[in-house]
Amino acid sequence: MSPAPTTPTPAQKDSSQVRQKEMIARHFDRLADAPGTGARSAYTFVPGNLTELLLSFDVLPVLPEINALQSAMRGKTAEYIAMAEKLGHSEDVCTYVKSDVGMMKSGNVGPTGQRLPSPDLLLLSYTGCFTFMKWFELLREEYHCPVAMLHVPYQADGRITDAMRAYVVEQLRTEVIPKLEAITGRAYDEDRLKALLAQSARAEDDLVWVLQSARHVPSPIDAYFGAVYYVGPIFSAFRGTEDAVHYYRELREEIEERIRLGKGPVTPDGEMDRERFRVVVEGPPNWTSFRQFWKMFADEGAVAVASTYSKVGGVYDLGFRHDPDHPLETLAEYCLGCYTNLNLPTRIDLLTRYLSEYLADGFLINSVKSCNSFSAGQLHILREVEARSGRPGGFIESDLVDPRYFSAANIKNRLESYFQMLDQKRLGAAS
Amino acid sequence: MNYTVGIDLGSTTTKAVVLGEDGAVLGRGITNSRSNYDVACQVALSEALINTRFSLIAGEFRALARDPSRAPAQIAALARRFRAEQYRSQLRVLDEELHRFLARLLTRPPGAASVVDRILGRMSAEVDDLYADGARRRSDFFRDLAGSRYLALAEEEARATGIGFDLLAGLFDKAILDVENSSEAAGHFDQHAAVALGGLPDADPTLAAAVARVASMPLTQVGSVGTGYGRARLPFPEGHIRSEILCHGLGAHAMYPGTRTVLDIGGQDTKAIQVDEDGIVTSFQMNDRCAAGCGRYLGYIADEMSLGLHELGPIASQSSAPVRINSTCTVFAGAELRERLSLGEKREDILAGLHRAIVLRAMSLLARSGGVKDEFTFTGGVARNEAAVSALCALVEENYGARTVNISEDSIYTGALGAALFALRAASRESHSSIDAPEEPS
Repeated sequence: MSPAPTTPTPAQKDSSQVRQKEMIARHFDRLADAPGTGARSAYTFVPGNLTELLLSFDVLPVLPEINALQSAMRGKTAEYIAMAEKLGHSEDVCTYVKSDVGMMKSGNVGPTGQRLPSPDLLLLSYTGCFTFMKWFELLREEYHCPVAMLHVPYQADGRITDAMRAYVVEQLRTEVIPKLEAITGRAYDEDRLKALLAQSARAEDDLVWVLQSARHVPSPIDAYFGAVYYVGPIFSAFRGTEDAVHYYRELREEIEERIRLGKGPVTPDGEMDRERFRVVVEGPPNWTSFRQFWKMFADEGAVAVASTYSKVGGVYDLGFRHDPDHPLETLAEYCLGCYTNLNLPTRIDLLTRYLSEYLADGFLINSVKSCNSFSAGQLHILREVEARSGRPGGFIESDLVDPRYFSAANIKNRLESYFQMLDQKRLGAAS
Repeated sequence: MNYTVGIDLGSTTTKAVVLGEDGAVLGRGITNSRSNYDVACQVALSEALINTRFSLIAGEFRALARDPSRAPAQIAALARRFRAEQYRSQLRVLDEELHRFLARLLTRPPGAASVVDRILGRMSAEVDDLYADGARRRSDFFRDLAGSRYLALAEEEARATGIGFDLLAGLFDKAILDVENSSEAAGHFDQHAAVALGGLPDADPTLAAAVARVASMPLTQVGSVGTGYGRARLPFPEGHIRSEILCHGLGAHAMYPGTRTVLDIGGQDTKAIQVDEDGIVTSFQMNDRCAAGCGRYLGYIADEMSLGLHELGPIASQSSAPVRINSTCTVFAGAELRERLSLGEKREDILAGLHRAIVLRAMSLLARSGGVKDEFTFTGGVARNEAAVSALCALVEENYGARTVNISEDSIYTGALGAALFALRAASRESHSSIDAPEEPS
């Protein structure tokens, strides 16, 4: 049986997308073959992922959050969530968790239709989401495998101190690396890690270029809906790989061509003809109605020119790059700087900065029900960013992967109202 | 004369507001929303145009009347007779439809047609009383007025003849849809106006002149904007459709230019809107997926208590000790109500608690939208409910201090008014652009 599509793709496929699909297909093949080949796998999270370190041990990463969102796009999460609720998880539990639990209980068949291997290690990189800990407690009960806990201190004061960095490095040395050595039977190879980190930095340079291309008017990309595809490789199993370097170089060249031709971003209905609104978006997209949600923007001629969600796996546009000369320190710095680990004032600064740097008309917050720790304070962010930037904010509510919490009519109504409000403000009282 | 119209297609009612070229409101029309949005729009517009003609007649008649002090009473009498004719016209269509559905039944109880005839006959005979001077009507909608009377008479007939009440009620449920979905059922202005005038033999003769003058006046639509939840289905081009947020903001600002915060509680959503000195929306918040605490919730409570929607407020206002109710879930409302009644709570205290719960939910949205600034305008169907208004005023003062609270008797038309103003502005821009356009070379 041919594998199901591994990742959602917009209607118009560029060669970088084809490459990405192939990369992901190969990765899931390796995972499916792991029980036979003896390859080890570690389940871990996107924010604060230590992909280069895992790859330096030839450990295959599995990202449960990405599995959940892909399950949502394949229309599977309703049944997965129902199964998790049947097992006793309440309606208020994070739906990523319930989707993952449901998928696990349904045979752990991943987004390609292939079975995922049981984890040899649960690598819990704790970066601002308390639910991550509880989630892996559940998985530990299921799989009875070791857990490596990496505690990343929260950036409560909006900065990373030497002590914080040293604390994370110490855990990498004494907790994470020994456990990886134990499950693989190999010694830590710093030279290999350095080589991978050097490739990460190259891919990161190109990713930042791609995301910042949205400063062009009209923007050649959608930095929220489109960026979901762009960040896929670097936020998942490919950071540090040659594949990722090639992918981001190719993507960059495609975007350069789009700019040269004066093209707007690709939307679910093809290329956008006319950019009417430039907006910054905070919060994750809804995954169960992803295309419908995207179309609500595209139909209004609204382009997301910057988003914070495309930074949850690394805020590279603030200047951070993985540094091969300081391998463990740079991994620590990366984990500490993840968007989910930033405090409210830093998030406000970032959004305000995006509004100005990307010449945005306004900003939208999609507040998701699942994510209490992340959604807390978003209305405060809204008011504060409005006050500082003088540009209007809009607020919509949905969820990550529970289809019951996406009310299309309500969200469309709010978005239309918001875009008409932007229009009215532009035209003034005579509108 | 030229006019622009705004139509607000809400979940419960469809409203239309007609503006003259100077921006003055000439007419308002309302009908209950239904599955056929086009017809709902046509009916609301047709009602607004009738209302417009009555405004124009009043204006003409005031100028012509021999005794201007008697003019308002004569206009009111004309309007009542006109409405009675409309009602008769709809009754005739209802009669036809009842018989049509009766004929389609596989098994028709003998005598059923006569029963329907008797019911409709009695309803026709009651029309003059229904529209008599000083008579109180439960609603302005034909469905409500005719429905309550039909069902009461059907119950009597069922008892007397043994023909099932369910059969008679089922016939009405089917027939009323066709009456509502016909834009012709209410008849035509000229025809009804002539009959209405004929019923006023002692009226000032200049009234007939005013009616004739206005009836012959062509009303030309030069702009239209649609809004409301059903706006995507409105029979307007895309550029003529505006979000109800913007329309409510602008409508409220037009009614009360000092308005800076607007609260609209409609049938299925609640909106908290902040506007600037020009009526431009600066921020807004709406209820999310759930319609808890919206107008529909009150409708459900009214049904549970076998009361009319308009009766809830007055009963709740009699409360001296409102009960604390936290849930505004429409689905649980019935259970909550029965639970409270079983605990011995008084009906008025429960209703007062329910009204307060709704308003508390609205207060949360107001806070999220940026608070309550001065002046504060409350719109939507729920703004007609005195208990909701009283709870809102108390909570606004408690949380934000003294605020000027504006509530118009026509608050239900706020969205349609805003839409009409957008239509007027667009029409004005178009007309200016055509004036400014260079002439084609000869």
